[in-house]
Amino acid sequence: MDILAVFGDALRSSVGPQAAAFALVAMGLNLQFGYAGLLNFGQVGFMLIGGYGLALSVTRFGQPLWVGVVVGLAGAIALGLLLGIPTLRLRGDYLAIATLGAAEILRLSFRSAGAEPLTYGVLGVQQYARGFYAANPFGSGELSLFGLSMTGTQVWIALVGWLLVGLFFAVTFVLIRSPWGRILRAIRDDEEATRALGKNVFSYKMQALVFGGCLAALGGMVLTVSSQSITPDAFSSELSFFAFAALLLGGRGTLGGPILGAMLFWFLASGADSLLRQAMSAGGLGGTFAGGLNSGAVRFILVGLALVLFMLFRANGILGAKQRKPVGSDHA
Amino acid sequence: MVLLAVLALLMVGAPAAFAAGEQVQGRLVDGSGNPVAGVVLVASKQGGDAGDARSGKDGRWVIPLTEPGTYDVAIRTDTLPSGIGIREGTPDHRTVDIAEGETKNVLFSLGEAAQSGTSWLGSLAQHLLDGIRFGALIGVTAVGLSLIFGATRLINFAHGELVTLGAVSAWVLNASGLHLLLAAAVSVVLVGAFSGALELGLWRPMRRRGVGLVSMFIASIGVALILRQLILMFFGGAPRSYAQYSLQRAITVGPFSITPRDGIILVLSLAVLSAVALMLTKTRIGTKIRAVADNRVLAEASGIDSERIGVLVWVLGGGLAAAGGIFYGLQELVSWTMGLNLLLLMFAAVILGGLGSAFGAFIGAMVIGILAQVSTMFFDSELQVVWALGLMILTLLVRPQGILGKRERVG
Repeated sequence: MDILAVFGDALRSSVGPQAAAFALVAMGLNLQFGYAGLLNFGQVGFMLIGGYGLALSVTRFGQPLWVGVVVGLAGAIALGLLLGIPTLRLRGDYLAIATLGAAEILRLSFRSAGAEPLTYGVLGVQQYARGFYAANPFGSGELSLFGLSMTGTQVWIALVGWLLVGLFFAVTFVLIRSPWGRILRAIRDDEEATRALGKNVFSYKMQALVFGGCLAALGGMVLTVSSQSITPDAFSSELSFFAFAALLLGGRGTLGGPILGAMLFWFLASGADSLLRQAMSAGGLGGTFAGGLNSGAVRFILVGLALVLFMLFRANGILGAKQRKPVGSDHA
Repeated sequence: MVLLAVLALLMVGAPAAFAAGEQVQGRLVDGSGNPVAGVVLVASKQGGDAGDARSGKDGRWVIPLTEPGTYDVAIRTDTLPSGIGIREGTPDHRTVDIAEGETKNVLFSLGEAAQSGTSWLGSLAQHLLDGIRFGALIGVTAVGLSLIFGATRLINFAHGELVTLGAVSAWVLNASGLHLLLAAAVSVVLVGAFSGALELGLWRPMRRRGVGLVSMFIASIGVALILRQLILMFFGGAPRSYAQYSLQRAITVGPFSITPRDGIILVLSLAVLSAVALMLTKTRIGTKIRAVADNRVLAEASGIDSERIGVLVWVLGGGLAAAGGIFYGLQELVSWTMGLNLLLLMFAAVILGGLGSAFGAFIGAMVIGILAQVSTMFFDSELQVVWALGLMILTLLVRPQGILGKRERVG
């Protein structure tokens, strides 16, 4: 077994475009859940809107790429407002179910036959981001650094993704230290008290939901552009839970938490996949199970275990303070 | 009436984008050669779902696949329009070998029910009956979800997996030779015990550690992911049916037609629901359950052991979920995603009826079931979940406490 190859696979995807996309999504979730205490289980809905806003503007309406990005972000803002109005006045668990439902409504509507003239139905759109790759300065050959190799196109999209992560890290850094960020944390820690101080809690929550949703939309764009393919079923609710896992792994309510979490998430997921593939080719492990020992399943199980164990032992993640009372406990 | 057979072939021009990839495709037509639209077909491979598609207005469907291999292509019989069924004696799923870059046609023989010219009112009546059947099924599973919330304030995201676990364990017992009824009873007990063990082994220790509700909520998602994937690993991705399962001819009374199997399930679901209702209202233990749900502190002050009630409610909820899963598996097929498919409908039912109220869950489930089935008269059957979820969000907007929920501040 080649441990070095496993390590290489894991390291490659921890800096790859998927990790960058996940970092963006988790940063959005961090604003909503980590700082404002909003339980948004429909983050994948924002990703879908972002990805499709870009893809459909380019293919259906023949617009340049930047218009697609604007359309995707505008869509995310609209979704945030639409979703926030009925649910942000409610208790956290209601918000969670409503957002989960809304994301599922979006996925099912986008894949339905009626929407096919707009969305291309279940088959989705492929190869639509040629404009983006035409600007690629790295060429399409293999590039290699410290023994890690990646194709030039992957390096290009990863670079753009991480630049976005860096930009919004800085934005979040400033926002969280501003009075705005203080009020957000105050809402998370005691909503009633913040309201009693005369703050418009609803409006602040809405701003956090919309801003976090825009970050998720950007993440959705990076994710789908990097695979050059977008289908409705790529946006199943598990993706929202993966984003939660990444955020909780790194530490909610910390600046670096979502970024570290996203990298760690992909490191562990790809490492486990790679390890399993090697183990299977070495010995006939695969035959043991009726469903085949599929590497995707192991990834899901690891995510599930991580969620349970972190909640049980370290609800604030790796970067979070250990002693603090769990964020947004009883009345979030 | 006798069903008329038919083919389902015809080459379909592959969309250019997938010319290089592997795919399965076909065209569904009824007895008189008219295309059948809106039917869902699922391709699965050892290890999981490989893709699905719905037949279009011309009856055509295409499932793009990512790699060559042996696939099981199944037709979701519940998505067939009423009056059309799989021709008797022909399978509802087929196994195909797909080579590199190959496109294969898969045929299903559909038969047509004789009275094709049913009136609009008759069709509405039939959809109402289907809706009540579906609603009763959702009710059996959702009541447990609501009871668990009432006693422990936890929204159990793993409830769908308890449903799947019930259906799958009954299938395994059934396949190893046990009669279905016996297998069902054993499976209900097993899943109930498992669910109780979850409360004792995970949720109670978490509460004792002072873990917040939101954290427990997220942990329940973790439990759901683990259970679902374990079921996939050991049960496989292909949908299966019970041994005593067979296609039956529908009995028609006036505008209603129902197969004896579905009729029995409807009666059983309603019986289970009535039993739970009686238990909750007429027995001491039921009163205690309601008291804890109503006001935990007050109930404890009156000498009710709320921890014991918690375990009881988990066992009960798990058993009910398993029973619902077996009913669901009998009406359709047993698959590893069935609980997940039902979960959002359960949530919709519970929120519509009022979170924590068992009777609200009955009513909510009926409304959701009927809405889901009647919507297929006007819209795509694939969108039935969308209407249910839309109604749920609308409820949150105008009456967040639900139909029977307590008027409390929920925001």
